[in-house]
Amino acid sequence: MNSWPILSVVTFLPLLGALFIFTIRGEDETALRNARYVALWTTLITFVLSLFIWGGFDNSSSEFQFVEKGEWLGGNINYHMGVDGISMLFVILTTFLMPAAILASWKSVKVRVKDYMIAFLVLETLMIGVFCALDLVLFYLFFEGGLIPMFLIIGVWGGARRVYAAFKFFLYTLLGSVLMLIALMAMYWGAGTTDIPTLMAHQFPAQLQTWAWLAFFASFAVKMPMWPVHTWLPDAHVEAPTAGSVILAAILLKMGGYGFLRFSVPMFPLATDLFAPLIFVLSVVAIIYTSLVALAQEDIKKLIAYSSVAHMGFVTMGIFTMTIQGVQGGIFQMLSHGLVSGALFLCVGIIYDRMHTREIAAYGGLVHRMPIYAFVFMLFTMANVGLPGTSGFVGEFLTLLGAFRVNTWVAFFATTGVVLSAAYALWLYRRVIFGKLEKESLMSIKDMNAREIAIMAPLVVLTVLFGIWPAPLIDVTTASVEKLISNYQAAISAASSAAQHAALY
Amino acid sequence: MYTTIVFLPLLGAILAGFFGRFLGVKASEVITSGFVLLGALLSWIAFFQIGVGGETAHVTVLPWIKSGGLSVDWALRIDTLTAVMMVVVNTVSGLVHVYSIGYMHHDPHRTRFFSYLSLFTFAMLMLVTSDNFLQMFFGWEGVGLASYLLIGFWYQKPSANAAAIKAFVVNRVGDFGFALGIFGVYAVFGSIDYDTVFAAAAEKAGQEFSFLGMQLDIVTTLCVLLFMGAMGKSAQFLLHTWLPDAMEGPTPVSALIHAATMVTAGVFLVARCAPMFELSVDARFFVVLVGATTAFFAATVGLVQNDIKRVVAYSTCSQLGYMFVAAGVGAYGAAIFHLFTHAFFKALLFLGSGSVIHAMSDEQDMRHMGGLFPHLKKTWVLMLVGTLALTGFPLTAGYFSKDAIIESAYAAHSNIGMYAFVLTVIAAALTSFYSWRLMFMTFHGKPRASDEVMSHVHESPWVMLAPLVVLALGALGAGFLFSGYFIGEHNHAFWAEAIRLAKDNTILEDIHHVPSWVKAAPFVMMVGGLAVASLFYLAKPDLPVRLATRMPRLYKFLLNKWYFDELFDWMFVRPAFRIGRTLWKTGDGAVIDGLGPDGVAARVLAFTGRAVRMQSGFVYHYAFAMLIGVAFLITYVLFNGI
Repeated sequence: MNSWPILSVVTFLPLLGALFIFTIRGEDETALRNARYVALWTTLITFVLSLFIWGGFDNSSSEFQFVEKGEWLGGNINYHMGVDGISMLFVILTTFLMPAAILASWKSVKVRVKDYMIAFLVLETLMIGVFCALDLVLFYLFFEGGLIPMFLIIGVWGGARRVYAAFKFFLYTLLGSVLMLIALMAMYWGAGTTDIPTLMAHQFPAQLQTWAWLAFFASFAVKMPMWPVHTWLPDAHVEAPTAGSVILAAILLKMGGYGFLRFSVPMFPLATDLFAPLIFVLSVVAIIYTSLVALAQEDIKKLIAYSSVAHMGFVTMGIFTMTIQGVQGGIFQMLSHGLVSGALFLCVGIIYDRMHTREIAAYGGLVHRMPIYAFVFMLFTMANVGLPGTSGFVGEFLTLLGAFRVNTWVAFFATTGVVLSAAYALWLYRRVIFGKLEKESLMSIKDMNAREIAIMAPLVVLTVLFGIWPAPLIDVTTASVEKLISNYQAAISAASSAAQHAALY
Repeated sequence: MYTTIVFLPLLGAILAGFFGRFLGVKASEVITSGFVLLGALLSWIAFFQIGVGGETAHVTVLPWIKSGGLSVDWALRIDTLTAVMMVVVNTVSGLVHVYSIGYMHHDPHRTRFFSYLSLFTFAMLMLVTSDNFLQMFFGWEGVGLASYLLIGFWYQKPSANAAAIKAFVVNRVGDFGFALGIFGVYAVFGSIDYDTVFAAAAEKAGQEFSFLGMQLDIVTTLCVLLFMGAMGKSAQFLLHTWLPDAMEGPTPVSALIHAATMVTAGVFLVARCAPMFELSVDARFFVVLVGATTAFFAATVGLVQNDIKRVVAYSTCSQLGYMFVAAGVGAYGAAIFHLFTHAFFKALLFLGSGSVIHAMSDEQDMRHMGGLFPHLKKTWVLMLVGTLALTGFPLTAGYFSKDAIIESAYAAHSNIGMYAFVLTVIAAALTSFYSWRLMFMTFHGKPRASDEVMSHVHESPWVMLAPLVVLALGALGAGFLFSGYFIGEHNHAFWAEAIRLAKDNTILEDIHHVPSWVKAAPFVMMVGGLAVASLFYLAKPDLPVRLATRMPRLYKFLLNKWYFDELFDWMFVRPAFRIGRTLWKTGDGAVIDGLGPDGVAARVLAFTGRAVRMQSGFVYHYAFAMLIGVAFLITYVLFNGI
């Protein structure tokens, strides 16, 4: 299709930027400013380049596009990259949010600025790599590699309990990845290849499917995160610097959902069918449980982190309904949550930079001094509670619609989330923004400055735009999702007819 | 034209909201009011075009969500029902905009206020013009947002903030049912467009499907779920608690949103879904039950309230109950007719109360009023018109619409119809009593306000009174002029395809043949209520106090609104916070973390230190195993047991 390897360029350009920063000498103000600008321009150029992927993407095709394949590590393992309707938008989401993350750190990061920017640029490469990799080993490297810069970002530039949070994050994720690695090896022995498209067509024996599914589940469930392995997330969010939280919520969490769609469902359809009820229960528990927990939070970031877990519950529920609406809704919900939760963490960062506290009780009455901020925060609060007309609604609606067709109990319990989310989100908003401005410390707080408005404006526009006109996102995924579901159903019916066949004899 | 009607207020809201600072207050007020008034003019044109022999118009604006078999558009559907609603919404909204120019004169945040008002008008118009369930849901939640913003408009007041959140969350409880209803409609019909669904509904009549493990009648279940949304939005019994609190918002808001338009959305929903409700006797039974109970319940509470706005709010709640009774017995025309007339006289009463409050330097407690008649003669006349219409004085608007409802309840000739008939007749007496009580306590008797306040009492400016005059004309004439179309001899031609009735539904005919004592009953009740009220509050003002002390329990019960707020607080609100806290500290903190990362680390330390605390370890392990076990058990039961 394209003659130049656009995926590799987009993936590795940030790494190039990181190398460039590495060569900047000195710790004086000029050097730091250069480092910031290099990071910003790198991410901006990467974003613009990535738009060519979207521009050249053929919505009607369910095949992998922009495929690059090169021999690597002696033939069995290849450097294989490509995107389809499921992965492409995550690449765009990543490149889109990175400049915002860099800008959000412009003033607030004061120590080891160069290292910080390098960590973020390396992280970007690894994240884009995850969504483009079409080889198991390559995927695994990107997937696990992403852990390291994030671990450092939390551990070095985090808050007071950063070491605890970083280790908790590491421990959880590590456990999942070890199991996934074992499953990867088993798959390689079973199918004789690490090529993802080939594996997707391969039929694994039912027994292996079950075990491999569980192993992958361990890894993806932690990443999502699903209840009850979610407790690393609130701590990680609370301690991470603003930009770290943004990327964590907006992109790293999505790797779990993406993993389910890329591996668990197409490669282990029988196990998916078997375990779907488990996923439903965990999703519904997550939605209700974490929403209730969010209600009781005293820390703004923690509250939003818990609400993230609830929203991810809709994603897993939607994906495992294996209906078009459910899966498309799940993907849409992930993209929308990327925008909305990213924006919410940026909102928290804005006041944190001014007051250096995340305690809800330390705020109140901000609307008097910060009307623009109050508007932006209101918009994203409403998107978070899934108000129709914002992007948050479309995903929630589609996943619930899909769930209702599969099981009314699941839809019934999950829908209670709309009541609970309204309760915790508005309760938060009221305590932070409304009320009298009484606290001495807040009397001179300033409204958003030009840089902050520049970060938020695109997010505001897209959140509303995709709420009213979600077609640009949904249409990209249609062909791939339809193929995913028809393959899945074919596998299920083949297995059940085989079982009937066996029962006859 | 239709697109213009719907999107003009949005344009106004955007201009005032984002550019109000540059445009200035005056310009913002003029732009938003002008746009809505223009919309009102166009709505009346549309009303006469469509209502008198017009056809249903469809306008597709944009595609919205398309996924698999689901395809939803932003589209307008204009039929008689829509046209009636557009007239109500735009007319009242326009008048409220104008009134607010005077009422909000002292408020520094007026541009924001007008922006919200216009935003509300837009969302309400989207609700009534939608041609599918999802767009209706958009409008439904949109008006909820606007209501939240306007109730909490004075955000420095804690009570206003609390009321705003309560309104939004209680409405979401209703929306929970509404949303499930929409999912169900899609699961059953494979579409959520009205035309497709209503056309196919008859085929599904009497069939069953599996919902929550039970085999239930399809149409009944869907209707009841959708009606749950209506109960939330229209503040019906059990989901009514937000409406009285919503009076924390500025009075023009109460008139527009919490009397004339938004709260009637539930009635609109039932009328819109008439083709489905017509197929289910059980669903309509439920609607009548809820409506009649609300009509009675809210009226009893209204008897003893002392806040002038709360009296009117409970009255609204009660009148909405009347509308549901009509819709439930199949007299959709009567329900919408009452909605139409009620919009005029209830907005009039609210804005009139606003005028009184404005004159009294923001005093709302009727115990501190009295004797205002000499100072506020114009307001008194206007309020009198509203009261007469509300109580159903002959030839006023309420007389036509409310009596039609009471008669239709009787004409239904069913047990539930009788239940509704009895309750609505009693409620008519109560309505008359509290309405006149309001008039007498406010305008007559000795002044109970301080001399300081009384010296400031002044009649409102014309910018506030003029909208009241227009509403008063509506309250007097709307019934007389339009009853022929809504419920009279022209009703079939008028409604045409907008409200499709079952073939055997002749209730609008039957109400003409009820016994004459039935026809006389509401009038007798009204006179009775007036008589008692004048005895209590004009002749012997100490009588109510003595009565209250004689029956303290009953008085307290009514004054505290049957204790629903306390009950819900005890049942839902506090437990939710408590459970949330427990899950956080114990579930996440002790159990999951205790066993997970912290536990692993601690266990290693413990072993090396040879200080294993067996007991606490056992407790957490036990709890964890239990949680997992419960999850598996539920899974098993859900997916294999049924």
